[in-house]
Amino acid sequence: MSVRHALLALLSEGPRYGLQLRQEFEARTGEVWPLNVGQVYTTLQRLERDGLVESDAGEDGPQRNFRITPDGLEELGEWLRTPPDLSSPPRDELVIKVLVALQVPGVDVHEVIQVHRRYVVQLMQQWTRLKEDAVEADLAFALVVDAELFRLDSVIRWLDAADGRLRRHRGQPAEGPAALPRLRRRVEVRR
Amino acid sequence: MKALEFLRVSKIYGAGPTEVRALVEVDLSVATGELVAVMGPSGSGKSTLLTIAGSLEDPSAGEVLIGGSPLSAMARNERARLRRRSIGYVFQDFNLLAGLTAVENVTLPLELDGVPARRARAAGMAALAELDLAEGAGRFPDELSGGERQRVAIARAVVGDRHLLLADEPTGALDSANGEAVMRLVRAACRRGVAGVVVTHDAQLASWADRVVFLRDGRVVDQTVPPPGPESLLAPGHSG
Repeated sequence: MSVRHALLALLSEGPRYGLQLRQEFEARTGEVWPLNVGQVYTTLQRLERDGLVESDAGEDGPQRNFRITPDGLEELGEWLRTPPDLSSPPRDELVIKVLVALQVPGVDVHEVIQVHRRYVVQLMQQWTRLKEDAVEADLAFALVVDAELFRLDSVIRWLDAADGRLRRHRGQPAEGPAALPRLRRRVEVRR
Repeated sequence: MKALEFLRVSKIYGAGPTEVRALVEVDLSVATGELVAVMGPSGSGKSTLLTIAGSLEDPSAGEVLIGGSPLSAMARNERARLRRRSIGYVFQDFNLLAGLTAVENVTLPLELDGVPARRARAAGMAALAELDLAEGAGRFPDELSGGERQRVAIARAVVGDRHLLLADEPTGALDSANGEAVMRLVRAACRRGVAGVVVTHDAQLASWADRVVFLRDGRVVDQTVPPPGPESLLAPGHSG
């Protein structure tokens, strides 16, 4: 999450004070990403240094009013259209754990998968409860919760698929410990 | 109070080499007002569990209690009455009768149970109105959207004095907005005191439940523990 660009987005609507920026940031992200005041001012200083925002000279502290510059607007426009890096596989701890569970003697990989499945479903229950209780009008919050639910849902789908694949392969000769380093190499190449 | 109880319930189809153990010594208890999701892959025994809970099939072993009464001790007509009066079913493909309007579909179980037509219609209209479908009451299923059809199916499942709502992949054919609307209705029914069992392989659907039970090869292998309040997700330091 880029605090820098979130602040530029808020300033694109009009000048704001630092404290005001923090409150609006939290409100717009459904209060899911808490932000401390120090982070806001440090980021504003860097934005000012880079010529992306400007402030009233002389004023300091909470009375200082910030405005976005034309360069800031351009930077914001570019950021919105730049796709996040989804191309290389993330260093997914869960995938690594399941792969390692395959190699460790005496460990039932299906049991390991189920532990993670239960944990993720419990997290999803919590998010769904938030969605259920949320006011229909709180659009930002609903979008954030949906994103989180879809992300967790994809984790469950992978666990289910892995579980099924491992069951289908049960009884077939194990590939041996070579599988993990080989996969690692392949992932490294794609990075 | 326990609305539904499974005590070491097993279901075996066939015999010898073709024997299929669909359920193996399943213990399950659903309280009044509770929504339980049963999650598992295809072939894990989910649908068998639901048909046995609805007394549409008998277990091979074990006992099923509905509202505290064992099904095995009930006469056929008693069980039929229980199915009509107390249990509501929702299926993935809606199972509405094409030749009946929405409200006629909803009131059918009441009329079969001998409720006078006028009273049944009033109850049906009330159930449809609650699901925001009063205007569609006179329309036939093929004149309704998928989401509307599933709302009619839910109205039919909760109309009258139902205590147990059984749903098999109730959002399977719907997009996420309509699926969410359906689950909100199921939750609302449970808040009014109906016990709900939803079987699904879909984690988003299951996450609406108070408790999720995991079924694998006919056995209950795990279940969720009541999660901490959702506020914990918003605590400082949670990275999202």
